[in-house]
Amino acid sequence: MQQPNRLRPFFENITFDRADNEMILNFGPQHPSAHGQLRLMLHMQQEQITKAHPDIGYLHRGMEKMAENMIYNEFMPTTDRMDYIASSSNNYGFALAVERLIGLEVPRRAKVIRMMLLETNRLMSHLFWLATTALDIGAMTVFLFAFREREYLMDLIEDYCGARLTHSAVRIGGVPLDLPDNFIADLRKFLDKLPENIKDYEDLLDSNRIWLMRMENVGVISEEMALSWGCSGVMLRASGVEWDIRKEEPYELYDEVEFNVPVSDKGDNYARYKLYMAEMRESAKILYQVIDMYAGTQPALMAHAPQYISAPKLDIMTQNYSLMQHFVLVTQGMRPPVGEVYIPTESPKGELGYYINSQGGAYPYRLKLRAPSFWHTGILTDLLPGHYIPDVVSIIGTTNIVFGEVDR
Amino acid sequence: MRAYTPKDNVQKKPYYTDRYWVAPQVAKHDVSSDAVFTDDLEAIKAQFDVLEAYIQVDQMVVIINAADNFGVIEMLKNERAYNQLSEMSAIDWLADEGKFEIFYQMLSMSKRKRLRIKCKIDEKESIQSVEKLFRSADWSEREMYDMFGVIVNNHPFMKRILMPDDWEGFPLRKTYPLQGDEFAAWYEVDKIFGKEAREIIGPENRDPARIDRYDTERFARLGHEVPRGTDISNGEPDTPLVYQESEGVFMIEKFDAEKSVVISDRDR
Repeated sequence: MQQPNRLRPFFENITFDRADNEMILNFGPQHPSAHGQLRLMLHMQQEQITKAHPDIGYLHRGMEKMAENMIYNEFMPTTDRMDYIASSSNNYGFALAVERLIGLEVPRRAKVIRMMLLETNRLMSHLFWLATTALDIGAMTVFLFAFREREYLMDLIEDYCGARLTHSAVRIGGVPLDLPDNFIADLRKFLDKLPENIKDYEDLLDSNRIWLMRMENVGVISEEMALSWGCSGVMLRASGVEWDIRKEEPYELYDEVEFNVPVSDKGDNYARYKLYMAEMRESAKILYQVIDMYAGTQPALMAHAPQYISAPKLDIMTQNYSLMQHFVLVTQGMRPPVGEVYIPTESPKGELGYYINSQGGAYPYRLKLRAPSFWHTGILTDLLPGHYIPDVVSIIGTTNIVFGEVDR
Repeated sequence: MRAYTPKDNVQKKPYYTDRYWVAPQVAKHDVSSDAVFTDDLEAIKAQFDVLEAYIQVDQMVVIINAADNFGVIEMLKNERAYNQLSEMSAIDWLADEGKFEIFYQMLSMSKRKRLRIKCKIDEKESIQSVEKLFRSADWSEREMYDMFGVIVNNHPFMKRILMPDDWEGFPLRKTYPLQGDEFAAWYEVDKIFGKEAREIIGPENRDPARIDRYDTERFARLGHEVPRGTDISNGEPDTPLVYQESEGVFMIEKFDAEKSVVISDRDR
């Protein structure tokens, strides 16, 4: 421990060790480009990192413990707080897992609305990723542009469910609301403009010298490393593995829409950046198709399963038995059958899985949240050594980690 | 005498359960209904003991002896093309049978199949690390240790990951209360201010909805403002709300719905 005085100030973050010239640099947890509460202990030789030790847990709220003490519907708003950049994806993953556990079939209109929510959330998440990563590297204009577009999407979601960030827009068994009047027109207006916007970002970044220096051949993840570390989503596809859960294990209406899965075998930051841009275009393509599906659907929004799902409001208000069931479902909660499921979905960050072990009670016996960012943070241990300090920021940027999800 | 509450599972219980309630089961299908899983199971059975195997919600579940965990996962990785360990963790069955159940959720991308390996260990028993096979187990096993206290053998860095290093107790065990235990209530006070500050600060209250009506240090009531720290246990004076703009403030105007402009369609 140093003895600080006026001539020898106390360097809280830096330890000097003269013997082997190694320095330990403490990055975070309050670093603006740590994308949340990430602390990295970096062993340095000059500017080069020899050993990296990510330290997490600053945002740990014990969601799995909370889930064991909540009825299933009560847990839905908590899932918002995992990946808070795209919270409908988390809601959806949980709803799907419980539906598979019960064996529910969701009405088609609810499926269409869920698809719209999922893909708008993907766009929101990717735009947010682009904005923050570009800002970390110094591209302020891209940040402002991308946030402008994201704002428009947040307004759309606000029109739908009233919330901008923590949507809770999916229910177990369907969706709570039909689309508001202007939703489709507004969405179409946004989508028509989107290719132009993406082109703007690419014009600013693709051949930008600073961007290329921070992106090309930096943070290269090999295929073996990505698989071994449990990477998923863009982190995996940028390393040459063609695996998108929407395509390989389709859920909802993903088997009815046409879209491509962009893949790259470079594995570096630049490859991940290009994949995010390509995925935004694919999302737009999916959304156009889903908009066309909406018109032909029946108005039902929630599955009919009186044992698990409350009846429609009209029935609750007019029929005594529906009211009684609604009362029991709200106060005591549904009791799914005894069994366990692990249901993965492709969230904007990667494979978001919910493992639910139900013992037939109103509370899950065990609920494990498989959040992609957890392993995308872990991989920094093996990825950072050999890189230089300025690369750390761009590597953290392209791993697209969100700490609500890492710490849960 | 106070009614006895069991201490081995302090999780929330439903306040009412119908005495004739029989919980339905999620269907367990025979493994022979799926050709790919049948082959995988044959391969496991050839080398290891399989206690039980079935298919539930499209995924095969194989229950093995805890001592075989490394061998089975190594075999699945190298010979059966299960190339990713998506998830692993434990389930606390200490109250029922004094055991932890460990599950390994595996994915084969070439076969598009997912299977789950499960095994049970005693409370004091430890399990072999699979970190040599899948690096993702490095953090998963640390999390499992952190949350359940399951020790993993041959792990390169067996340390807590989410909770602080000097934490006592394992949060996801059924014996651990949701609001935290005695240690949790004093942890931050002891650490930041020292044990001697306990009487001044008091234990940490983790009830997010708790409001102390008479606490004027941390809470203020609109319309009843008093200087901070005043004792109001005998009532407080009524303070009429006065907004500064009603007196007229430079550059601030009162909102007038008639004069304001509503932008209905943003021109972007």
